Amino acid sequence: MDMILIPAVNMTPILPEIFLSVLAMALLLINVFNPGGQKSYLAYVSFIGIVATAILVGAGWGSHIESFSGSVVLDNFATFFKMIFLVAAGLAVLISDSYMEREGCNHGELYPLILFTVVGMMLMASGTDLMTIFLGLEVMSIALYVLAGFNRANKKSNEAGLKYFLLGSFSTGFMLYGMALIYGATGTTRLYKIAAIVGQMTLPSANILLVAGMLLMMTGFAFKVAAAPFHMWTPDVYEGAPTPMTAFMSAGPKAAGFAALLRIFLVALPTLQVEWSQVLWVLAALTMTVGNITALRQDNIKRVLAYSSIAHAGYALVGFTAGNGTGTAGILFYMLSYAFMNIGAFAIVILVSKKGETNGNVSDFAGLGFKRPILALAMTLFLFSLAGVPPAAGFIGKFYLFSGAIQKGYIWLAVIGVLNSAASVYYYLRIMVYMYFKESTEDFAWVQLTAPVALALIIAAAGTLIPGIVPSIILQYAQMAVKLM
Amino acid sequence: MSNVLSLTTFLPILGVLLLLFIPKDSKGVLRNVTLAVTVVTFLVSLIMLAGFQTNAEFQFVENVPWIAAGPFIMRYNIGIDGISIWLVILTTFIMPIAVLSTFTAVEEKVKEYMICLLLLETGMLGAFISLDLFLFYIFWEVMLIPMYFMIGIWGGKNKIYAAVKFFIYTMVGSLLMLVALVFLYFKGMEAGIHDFGLIQFYNLKLDMATQIWLFLAFAFAFAIKVPMFPLHTWLPDAHTEAPTAGSVILAAVLLKMGTYGYVRFAIPLFPEAAHKFAPLIATLAVIGIIYAALVAMVQEDVKKLVAYSSVAHLGFVMLGVFAFNTEGITGGMLQMLNHGISTGALFLIVGFIYERRHTRLITDFGGLSKQMPVFATIFMIVTFSSVGLPGTNGFVGEFLILLGAFESQLRWFTVVATSGVILSAVYMLWVFQRVMFGELDNPKNQKLLDLNGREIAIMVPLVVMIFVMGLYPKPFIDKMDPAIKKLVAQARITPANAQMMPAVNQMQMPGAPQGQMPAGHQGGGEMPTGHPGMENSSPQTSPAVNPHNAK
Repeated sequence: MDMILIPAVNMTPILPEIFLSVLAMALLLINVFNPGGQKSYLAYVSFIGIVATAILVGAGWGSHIESFSGSVVLDNFATFFKMIFLVAAGLAVLISDSYMEREGCNHGELYPLILFTVVGMMLMASGTDLMTIFLGLEVMSIALYVLAGFNRANKKSNEAGLKYFLLGSFSTGFMLYGMALIYGATGTTRLYKIAAIVGQMTLPSANILLVAGMLLMMTGFAFKVAAAPFHMWTPDVYEGAPTPMTAFMSAGPKAAGFAALLRIFLVALPTLQVEWSQVLWVLAALTMTVGNITALRQDNIKRVLAYSSIAHAGYALVGFTAGNGTGTAGILFYMLSYAFMNIGAFAIVILVSKKGETNGNVSDFAGLGFKRPILALAMTLFLFSLAGVPPAAGFIGKFYLFSGAIQKGYIWLAVIGVLNSAASVYYYLRIMVYMYFKESTEDFAWVQLTAPVALALIIAAAGTLIPGIVPSIILQYAQMAVKLM
Repeated sequence: MSNVLSLTTFLPILGVLLLLFIPKDSKGVLRNVTLAVTVVTFLVSLIMLAGFQTNAEFQFVENVPWIAAGPFIMRYNIGIDGISIWLVILTTFIMPIAVLSTFTAVEEKVKEYMICLLLLETGMLGAFISLDLFLFYIFWEVMLIPMYFMIGIWGGKNKIYAAVKFFIYTMVGSLLMLVALVFLYFKGMEAGIHDFGLIQFYNLKLDMATQIWLFLAFAFAFAIKVPMFPLHTWLPDAHTEAPTAGSVILAAVLLKMGTYGYVRFAIPLFPEAAHKFAPLIATLAVIGIIYAALVAMVQEDVKKLVAYSSVAHLGFVMLGVFAFNTEGITGGMLQMLNHGISTGALFLIVGFIYERRHTRLITDFGGLSKQMPVFATIFMIVTFSSVGLPGTNGFVGEFLILLGAFESQLRWFTVVATSGVILSAVYMLWVFQRVMFGELDNPKNQKLLDLNGREIAIMVPLVVMIFVMGLYPKPFIDKMDPAIKKLVAQARITPANAQMMPAVNQMQMPGAPQGQMPAGHQGGGEMPTGHPGMENSSPQTSPAVNPHNAK
């Protein structure tokens, strides 16, 4: 009788995931036994848990450990992205409590769901097997569908949840089909093995299974990162979802999508780079242009930021199209900066809006500049950073993304990118025009800055400004992260 | 004192930090502190001027690592030469005047206004002193933000349109420049350059096609800022809507960013392309001179008239700079300073009467000289300076520009541009006549007060400078001369590329085939191959370098 051999499993790479999962389940249980009443303590515990996880993740910097027979890896690339997810989740948790309280949907499940999302995203970043990545994606997505529809008394939120779920599962189908085709073409789902097998093919670009699988996967991920023409869900979902979740969705899952995209395409399919970069070129140009042009016409600030989020996916795709060290490091840096600046901007939106998400139009910001100068100043910083004006992190990020493209010879893509940036300035400036240049009778007395939100704003502002002035502190890590992949 | 340049640049930022601790209601304190900060900055910059050696080198250089990531290395690399030092001094000189002009003009949001002014000063100074292309870009962009808010918050009734237009126009140009900058960097990397340091790029040899694209990108960004026809449309809007101090700074310093950009970056980095496009740029400059003068003539709003006169004056600067000879560029540089002083002064004058009457329409005035003699005298002096009357600063600059341009390949452009001098006299003297002379028939004008002590104090330094630079421009020219000579040498096209120039080609017709013949050929055999080309280029360059021989 042969013994069934269980390979020695090194748990180190997924320690943060385990820790967060246990914490999330514990919070769920606590919530069950404490129905009703104040839920703020869950936010605090989650935040502390996220900080602890960040320390745990940070401790893994520099190591390279493969585990689970090569389907999960702990490397700098994964670590960097995990940090981005934790930043996004931490900020989202901080701005959630007072918002959920105001909207009357402060159900305790919110925080465990956020943590589960993070677990899914972390698996996406550290997975080196198509199955692991898919597993992570599903864990993330299912929690996100619920979060989008979390304000169940609100019709728009319900619509957002349902829409996200239907279109999300549809796109997952594409992705899974693509993965299946790649498995068919190569006989494996391990990224390194795919790379080896594709590398031995005489003419991989003529292998229909492989190319079709690659394109289908790209479609699936394009949906997840909200790239045009697969972006249709974004504005409605972003507008309908509770604002802190919109903020979270625009930063965290988008970064996770890019993590998986980068890992799959750069590790498994580098031989096909000529082919996929052509597709990405078109995708990037289209995404930037569609996002920015449609954002110009929006009045609801959540929709402005939603469309701008599409445009930002386009900027990141420029770096991905380049696919070189400069561009990919640019993506990492940009995703981190974007988490800070976009969640920061959404935090201000939350403060200015009133119960039931009224007061959410750009014109409702009129007069904020001199009535609440510090909030307006923070918003100005976030908006300038989003617009890519120095000395904010958003500028440095875009600089590296576009430089990657220029280095690779995609000059026109970079030109399209900067022209898009210039167009985007208009709608970001428009918000500032209302804040500073227009008078209003509003006194913004309802704007109450709670301690967690203030902390979130401070973190977001520091994360937007400091890397803009001394970018090396982040960039060197981003470059180490993409180097070892 | 090794950090004196950084000190000058960042003193205003220290001032901002100081202002943050002053309550917003103590307007007097805010104003005086800001004034003190700008005056101290000016004094520090004077120390620098005193220590400046008259040579072509960059001085007060500070060069420390800043960003090092990936393919890029950016350094905090600053320094000034004979060209930039005067623009730095102009900036620090204008700032206290601009601040002083706001003492009664700005009553609301004083603290924010002062912070904007100081941030703007640091941005402008930073752009003039940057020797690192990336650092220059950062300052160039940062400058936009305070100006945007100054127009948008304290501007006139169409302020939002003007502010957004100003921002987006400049942004479009500068982003294309950014692409060019990165492209240039990668070109430099191939040649062994490893950071954004400007000076090493001067020696980088680029092929013509690359130069053309890069020059176009840089030139476009700078042309918007100058502004050159037909990209000038943001300027009248911005000027008309901006508060007085904003207009003064915009005219006196910000517009110089564009022309400075050509002198420091576009021309020496891409000399062959600059030569190729010189006729085009001269055409646009001349159109700008004539067109803006004609438009200025029919303006009803004094401020708009001055704004259009700026477009015309900057057209002259461009013409001088693209003459590529010492006279032309010296004239261009002087005219940049002159325009800063005289147009700055004109905007202040418009501000004075606007504060009194809250109108800027020419028809609302008339006969003011009877009521306001001091004002009339100062206005007259400034008008003469703007027109370029001999004895005032405007004359020296314009004369040198026309002289230089006439002796360059831009001769016929110069002939047309000269009529712009007459046109400027027409519109300036006409507006002066309509505002100051005639019957004092409007009852509202009969009670106008003449300039008070503070207003005279604002104008005196400008008037003094008008005469100093008009009567004795030598110290200014001497300090900038070596740097300009160096620029002229950099802008001189090398023989290899000279063949691409149709104008030069014609002049070289007899000699050119010789140089290209095989070495064994009779006649060409005695000379080294490169030599004939160099000799051939001398007829083109020598009158440009030393036109005095021709007289």
